[in-house]
Amino acid sequence: MSTTYTIPVGPVHVGLKEPITAWLELEGERIVNARVRPGAIHRGIEFMARERNPIQVIYLSERICGICSFSHVICFIRAVEDLAQMNVPVRGQYIRSLVLELERVHSHLLWSGVACYTIGFDSAFHLGMQMRERVMDVLELLSGNRVNYGVATFGGVRWDVTPELEKALRGMVRYYRQEFTPFREIVMEDPVAQARMRNVGVLTRDEAVRYSAVGPTARASGLRIDLRKSSPYEAYADFDVEPVVPQDYFGEAHGDVLDRFAVRVLEVYQSLDIIEKILDGLPEGPFVEEANLNKVMASLKKADGTGWGIIEAPRGDDTHIVSLKGGVDNVLWWKVRAPTYANAVSWPIMFRGNELADAPLIINSIDPCISCMERMLVTDEREYRSEVVTRSELVKRSRQKTFELGSLKSKYVPGGGAEQ
Amino acid sequence: MKSFDMDILRILPRSLWVTTCNSGSCNGCDIEVVATLGPRYDIERFGMKLVGTPRHADVLIVTGPVTHFMHEKLKRIYHQMPDPKVVVVVGNCGCSGDVFYKSYNLDGPVDNIIPVDVYVHGCAPRPEAVIEGVTKAVLKLEGLGKKPDKKEEAQEAEAMKEAEAAGGVAL
Ligand code: SF4
Repeated sequence: MSTTYTIPVGPVHVGLKEPITAWLELEGERIVNARVRPGAIHRGIEFMARERNPIQVIYLSERICGICSFSHVICFIRAVEDLAQMNVPVRGQYIRSLVLELERVHSHLLWSGVACYTIGFDSAFHLGMQMRERVMDVLELLSGNRVNYGVATFGGVRWDVTPELEKALRGMVRYYRQEFTPFREIVMEDPVAQARMRNVGVLTRDEAVRYSAVGPTARASGLRIDLRKSSPYEAYADFDVEPVVPQDYFGEAHGDVLDRFAVRVLEVYQSLDIIEKILDGLPEGPFVEEANLNKVMASLKKADGTGWGIIEAPRGDDTHIVSLKGGVDNVLWWKVRAPTYANAVSWPIMFRGNELADAPLIINSIDPCISCMERMLVTDEREYRSEVVTRSELVKRSRQKTFELGSLKSKYVPGGGAEQ
Repeated sequence: MKSFDMDILRILPRSLWVTTCNSGSCNGCDIEVVATLGPRYDIERFGMKLVGTPRHADVLIVTGPVTHFMHEKLKRIYHQMPDPKVVVVVGNCGCSGDVFYKSYNLDGPVDNIIPVDVYVHGCAPRPEAVIEGVTKAVLKLEGLGKKPDKKEEAQEAEAMKEAEAAGGVAL
């Protein structure tokens, strides 16, 4: 008879940057089952939107999530533009794509840094964070803000690409081409990091389909899906965006944490290419259809119906559906389906059979954005345990494992896992 | 008890350990807090360090407007921290609710729930502002060392007792 223990993780936990609760059932060190309880930071954003007009909601939708803020804004704006039949000038579309790609770069850099931190690879974390500052500088130059840019508006964007910004962008692309490769090599070719990430948190291709994983999580399982290719929006139809899948890089897709790492890292290169193409092909002309917000508001007040927008956010497909009623200022209703919502379903599958020390890494591996996910209160009838405690124990364990592997380095066979 | 506090403050080598609690933020402030750890802003040059557990921390950074679920958790984290301690709220939404006004699930802003010493405004504040906020916390701790505020201490002890009676504190 084996005994299982249940270990609560979270809601506040060092390995997690955002609150979420998980109960891991353990048999020794192995996780046999896992349950996840979201809902800790539900703020009721969709409810708040019902008391605001669409222009106010732009700035609210930005604050669904501070990391993919621009994706949510664009998605919301596209939904409203869809229902109100608004036009966006081509230059506006290009600038939107540009900022979306910049956001992807900073989000993926942040993620790869945090993943390194989780496995105790602090120097790589600092390297990643240092590189990330460069794209933050560019975003600040564009919008004056580092996190919530406030760049988009109905019918275009609010800020133009100036020659100064273009110079900074080209400098940034050059910088990353030079500096990013060493970072990639340091992490992905390090035997210890490989041992920590290879065959950990596996999600097979079939499982990814069955549990509807999206974005880099699905691509890491070998699925060739990317909305920028299959349903191009904004300026993406002008570029050829090929989905990044690990089989092109490693020969086969394992669907493990290393694959997810590789997909995100390679997507940074892809984004750099796209940024360059955008700069080369940036058309002349206006960047916003109607700059006077009062006029926009008047036309939105007449709009009636339901519209939707769907884009490829850094974490996967983001969908917004908005309904407006003619003659009413405020948004009638609004539904957001953030990518983490789809990806979190596969957590329990990824956990199974892994060690406890890998839990924070697995949770982080889908790049969860809990604040994106939790606008809706998930009705969860599972037991509520008030003695859930926050411990640093798990991250300590996770880091300890890396150090132990480090000392076993000589015995390590690449691709196989450490021999004990 | 009082003299014990005084001793700690005399010994406190002005090196603060910081812990964070996300009480429902949009993440924007949290990534700026992470950025302060990075090489450019490098909070460690002030001797500050992010630690994983509130029990080791002198400073609590709270982000977010405090959702109903996190209300009790935030209180518990606050009570787990050893005295003397300082609370820094980072971000407009923790300071005042800001963009998240009129929600049915928010118990915030943070000062409805725990005593706050330093407010850092901005949505999201720049890493420099976060660092400034935490250094103000140092001043506050040093000030505490000079003349302990009896009134505040008594209030705090009372609040503590109340919370204990309500079973809210897990020490
Ligand atoms: S202050 Fe702004 S950026 Fe910070 S958590 Fe709140 S909404 Fe997000």
